[in-house]
Amino acid sequence: MNAPSLLLDGLPVPFSDGQTIMEAATVAGIFIPHLCHHPEFKPQGSCKLCTVKANGRYVSACTMPAKDGMEVENNSPDLNDKRRTLLQMLFVEGNHFCPSCEKSGNCLLQALAYELEMLTPHFTQFYPDRPVDASHPEVLLDFNRCILCELCVRASRDVDRKNVFALSGRGIGKHLIVNAESGRLADTGFSLADKAAHVCPVGVILEKRQGFLQPIGCRRYDLQPIGMQVGRPPATGSSEQGS
Amino acid sequence: MATAAFPLETATTDSGSLRRVALDPLSRVEGHGKVTLLLDDAGQVQQARLHIVEFRGFEKFIQGRPYWEVPVMVQRLCGICPVSHHLAAAKALDHIVGADDLPPTAEKLRRLMHAGQILQSHALHFFHLSSPDLLFGFASDAARRNIVGIAAAHPEIARQGVLLRRFGQEIIRLTAGRRVHGTGAVPGGVNRALSRAERAQLLAEIDQVIAWSRQAVQLVKRLHAADPELYDEFGTSRSNLLSIVGAGGVLDFYDGRLRARDADGRLLADAVHVRNYAELISEEVKPWSYMKFPFLTAIGPQEGWYKVGPLARMQNCDAIATPLAEAERREFIAHGGGRVIHAPLAYHWARMIEMLHAAEAIKDLLHDDDLSGSELRSSGARHHEGIGVIEAPRGTLIHHYRVGDDDLVTMCNLIVSTTHNNQPMNEAVRRVAQRHLNGHELTEGLLNHIEVAIRCFDPCLSCATHALGKMPLQLELQDASGRVIGRQGSAPADLSSAAGST
Repeated sequence: MNAPSLLLDGLPVPFSDGQTIMEAATVAGIFIPHLCHHPEFKPQGSCKLCTVKANGRYVSACTMPAKDGMEVENNSPDLNDKRRTLLQMLFVEGNHFCPSCEKSGNCLLQALAYELEMLTPHFTQFYPDRPVDASHPEVLLDFNRCILCELCVRASRDVDRKNVFALSGRGIGKHLIVNAESGRLADTGFSLADKAAHVCPVGVILEKRQGFLQPIGCRRYDLQPIGMQVGRPPATGSSEQGS
Repeated sequence: MATAAFPLETATTDSGSLRRVALDPLSRVEGHGKVTLLLDDAGQVQQARLHIVEFRGFEKFIQGRPYWEVPVMVQRLCGICPVSHHLAAAKALDHIVGADDLPPTAEKLRRLMHAGQILQSHALHFFHLSSPDLLFGFASDAARRNIVGIAAAHPEIARQGVLLRRFGQEIIRLTAGRRVHGTGAVPGGVNRALSRAERAQLLAEIDQVIAWSRQAVQLVKRLHAADPELYDEFGTSRSNLLSIVGAGGVLDFYDGRLRARDADGRLLADAVHVRNYAELISEEVKPWSYMKFPFLTAIGPQEGWYKVGPLARMQNCDAIATPLAEAERREFIAHGGGRVIHAPLAYHWARMIEMLHAAEAIKDLLHDDDLSGSELRSSGARHHEGIGVIEAPRGTLIHHYRVGDDDLVTMCNLIVSTTHNNQPMNEAVRRVAQRHLNGHELTEGLLNHIEVAIRCFDPCLSCATHALGKMPLQLELQDASGRVIGRQGSAPADLSSAAGST
């Protein structure tokens, strides 16, 4: 009996039982844009960047199990337009100033904006006031860049078993918090060795005093566009730093 | 301390009865600025001011940011000389991270980066911004008085200008990672070295670059020789001079101690460590400009103002360490006949000698194997405060930061080159207005004389990237009630339709 397969943009993509559309595409070397998905963590389908059309319905590729004969639309103008709009909303909700951000070149959000040809923010900037948390001796938290992917929440809860991070508030008021009475990272058991210190796909959780030690041209997405790096885990935190 | 007041700074007669002329925006300068003139019924200039009308706020919004971000962020002040801000910030932060002695590789790479910056900025200013005035005449046809006109009439000069700038930018790209707004300098050193192949690539062009730089000096000298009265007198005002000089009194763009001379060349201060800059200079605020007016504290605001930049550096140093530029410096000094040269148009001459020195210094550095070394950074005991000084293309640039134990910046003070030249530029405007505009019917060509005087200083009025080449001269005539009674120049369409144009 033949292995089950789905049709991804007209190409047959085999998969094994229990795999999601995202996992099947990744094994096949096909890029589906995503932000909150990380192969080492349970998918939660919250960022909606990986939205595809499966048998005519919009679904999250990272959570939808692959089915034999399923017809999936991924790289289409309609879907990429919607993804670009999602990116634009994320950019204006925070303070994403790529020119002076030390994560530039290693940032998943920036890489996707290039990949999906986002040329303007389109929406009115929110310019939120979010002071940084520099209380920890080893790690800086710059909340200005948070995209609410919850990877740090999942890593701290599921891997580090520390529950250092959580999302608080609802709707547009939702934001990342630190689980300490003071709200300061220094007052938690957080450590640079934690998994949660190395999963942030953007420039929120940063090893201190690294900054721009890694030159332009050597950063991950300087070398190859994200769409050609299928299968590599996202660039994360300080693990990509250093020259 | 008494407030300084200068002739023609403020009209002595009732300003309500005077006619106001505004040059807004100024063209072929970096950033936004305007000049206002008040004329009486006889067309005599009663008041002349250079205003800086932008407000940037960098000193405020850098507060609360991590210190390692600063060299990359503050360089966004400018798209022409970002390397100078990048390096001044890095030098200030070197002290914060305890790296007062950089590894030779790091210091030489930074010096190379900065020499590339001086080369490209000086080439840009002379060839792209000022040569149209100098080669065509101050009052020549405005439509031709730009780099495109130069390319048509003097294609070889335009080509050399473009290629000199390209070479400087290439040095910046290889040392900082990008031609504009790179990341090469980090607190305590640099983030990459140059490979031998990259050095060889640059060395292949350097002799041509030096040859073109020599030709540029000769071109300026020919201009001076052709009309010495104009070049020695136009907009001239005597003032003190300020710059850093390197070890042994040599011209040094990257590091040194502060030195000030009076208008006759006598030393007023020497070997002042930049950490004591606040004792050497003070700043005065005037209600009509966002740009402060610095002066030497010991002398006071009325007499203590000074020039910075190429003209000050050339006459403040005792020597230049590279032979071709040193020979030109001696000739330049000889031109003064034992007196300090204060003529704004001599800035161009000094600037081209500096470009030649930068080219020679680049060649020497590229032959140095330290550029390909592996020790890129150093560190030591942390400090809470750091001050960095550098000679940017336009003059002395000071960055001053305080950083808390949590690594966040708590205070930032930037004294940029053009600020030092505020009073000298205002004085040049007044001299030119008095000498060339008084009693004349104002034409575009006459008003360009004012801009020519300002351009000599190569001002970076706010260090803005977006203004270059897009700023048409606009002249408005208003009556005493402020009503626009005439307009000249290529005003924006929506304004042109608002009132009849002359």
